[in-house]
Amino acid sequence: MNAKTERNVPKQFTCYTPLKAPKSLDKAQQLDMYYRMRLIREFDTKVKDLWMENEIYGLAHSYVGAEAIAVGACAALEEGDAITSTHRGHGHVIAKGADIRKMMAELFGKAEGYNHGKGGSMHIADVKHGILGATGIVGSGMPIAVGSALAADRLGKEWVTLCFHGDGGTNQGVWHESVNLAAAWSLPVVFIVENNYMAIGTELVNVTKEVNLYKRAVGYGIPGVQVDGFNVLVVYAEVKKAVERARKGEGPSVIEAKFMRLLGHFVADDQWYRDLEALKPYWNLDPIVRMKEYLVEEQIATLKEIDEIDARVVEEINEAIRYARDECTEPSVGVLYENLYADGEIIK
Amino acid sequence: MRSITIRECLNEAISQEMQKDDTVVLMGCDVAVRGNPFGVTRGLLQKFGAKRIMDTPISEAGFTGMGIGAAAMGLRPIVEILYSDWITLAMDQIVNMAAKMRYMFGGNIELPMVIRAPFGAGGGCAAQHSQSFEAWFNHIPGLKVVCPISPHDVKGMLITAIRDNNPVIFFEHKRAYQMKGEVPEEPYTVPIGEAVVRRPGKDVTIVAYSLMAIRAMEVAEELAQEEIDCEVIDLRSVLPLDYQTVMNSVAKTNRVVVVQEANLRGGLASDIVAEIIDRGFDLLDSPPVRVGGLNVPMPYNVGLENKVIPNKDTIKEAVFKTLQG
Repeated sequence: MNAKTERNVPKQFTCYTPLKAPKSLDKAQQLDMYYRMRLIREFDTKVKDLWMENEIYGLAHSYVGAEAIAVGACAALEEGDAITSTHRGHGHVIAKGADIRKMMAELFGKAEGYNHGKGGSMHIADVKHGILGATGIVGSGMPIAVGSALAADRLGKEWVTLCFHGDGGTNQGVWHESVNLAAAWSLPVVFIVENNYMAIGTELVNVTKEVNLYKRAVGYGIPGVQVDGFNVLVVYAEVKKAVERARKGEGPSVIEAKFMRLLGHFVADDQWYRDLEALKPYWNLDPIVRMKEYLVEEQIATLKEIDEIDARVVEEINEAIRYARDECTEPSVGVLYENLYADGEIIK
Repeated sequence: MRSITIRECLNEAISQEMQKDDTVVLMGCDVAVRGNPFGVTRGLLQKFGAKRIMDTPISEAGFTGMGIGAAAMGLRPIVEILYSDWITLAMDQIVNMAAKMRYMFGGNIELPMVIRAPFGAGGGCAAQHSQSFEAWFNHIPGLKVVCPISPHDVKGMLITAIRDNNPVIFFEHKRAYQMKGEVPEEPYTVPIGEAVVRRPGKDVTIVAYSLMAIRAMEVAEELAQEEIDCEVIDLRSVLPLDYQTVMNSVAKTNRVVVVQEANLRGGLASDIVAEIIDRGFDLLDSPPVRVGGLNVPMPYNVGLENKVIPNKDTIKEAVFKTLQG
């Protein structure tokens, strides 16, 4: 427990849970979680800077503050498992092990990017490695995840699919259709609701009566739990249980990782519409700070080891930026009709 | 050769492909136990079992999206929309996911899937069970859209669509399920993107597809009595569309009528005429003429319905009009 640090928890945040690693997690795994959370933080912090400096463009949504969810959840996966992501997807794909150089190249719109410059921030995909793609339409990845689970089931394969989505997504009709389908057929998928309380500028409480979204699972006859979404270890533990359950053929679960959107909807959103004073106490729950304190206080790692990870992360992201900016190339106009259809077919 | 109905052609194509390829699955409302409302998929549940022939909940967006996800991960799904009118419920998944994923992911995904949808009017099914939406999908890069009408084409093109590694929208005309024709028993393919000249002629080209290609043939036979020699092109596939065949014909006849069943405004006929003008304005001896349904929701009353849908008379009038020019 990291009870040693007095933490001022906002009283509305009822699912606060102190960090405590399950026995099965060794030091290297815990440090890897810290490393990946830091990598996401650094990636998205730099993405904001790059966007403000007009080096990258379009829309980019920051995963800052949510790092514990993607990292905790993906740490519970095996090689060969799959995820679907959202418009706020950098964290998911980094947590799943994506190459940050190819990600950064994509954000720069370069030919060497994951999508060869045709996708950008909101559509990073690496299907071979189980990243079924980020999608810019809230809720639209839900049935894709269920389809991936259907394929696993019908092909007699073992993979489990994690479906990341936000609280906003749970109010799309397709959310209900997807959860019902997966539940009806006991498909191996885990729905991870990243409840950050905000849909651009709309607060969840203004559009949803029951804001504890995990409770909806009851209506579909499947398990639903709520966890502290700022706590990487509890996210890991709960997702692991759900993944094991799914892999055994016992069907889907809903895991609501409750946290709070700390930054704007997209990188240049200054949140003039929010009470930023009321938001401040949530920064006390910063998942990376908490993990760092936990690792040191529990003597799992030394400050020096943590500092080394921090330095490595900064270096890796700087290198990714350098690579994307200086080494990668603009796609040629000749590729415009390429990869629209399969097998090299061009239809104009 | 034996003669079978289009209903049987569809069933046979699905059955043969499922036999050949374990990854082919079928999903949709009422496709399994009941064998779909038109009897197209009857008997497939007994042959292939409930894991491959799936009765879904009434969740078009959900199960269409599920088909897309399953296609991405190794299955080859056939998704059925019970009436094509309700494809609207799955539009986001088709337009923003199926059509876009490959391109926006830089080619690192394949989506081999077919979306079958019974379309077309006739018989008083009224406004929500009669529509033809092919123009919407024609507008979306990333999809293929086919609407074969001869029994031979229906079987062969469904097999091609199932084997295609792209999302293919396969429109079946509801009024054609009983139509019969000679069809080989063994599996075979008919290419997507090749039109066919159903009847050679020298005076006027009539371009049509689906049930309107049948109407065009009837018109051509009747006009032959009046010594007007129409060439009839059945497009079979509207995306991609075989403009080579269309332009070859226009070069010969110098007059063209384009027929669609859907209401005229914003329809395919407009697009085809525009393309003909772009490609060969100088070939034309008279202005091209479009024929389509009236711009109203389909009325229930059969007398009114018959006024809305193009018929032999409206097609003939169009032919006469091109001959006056």
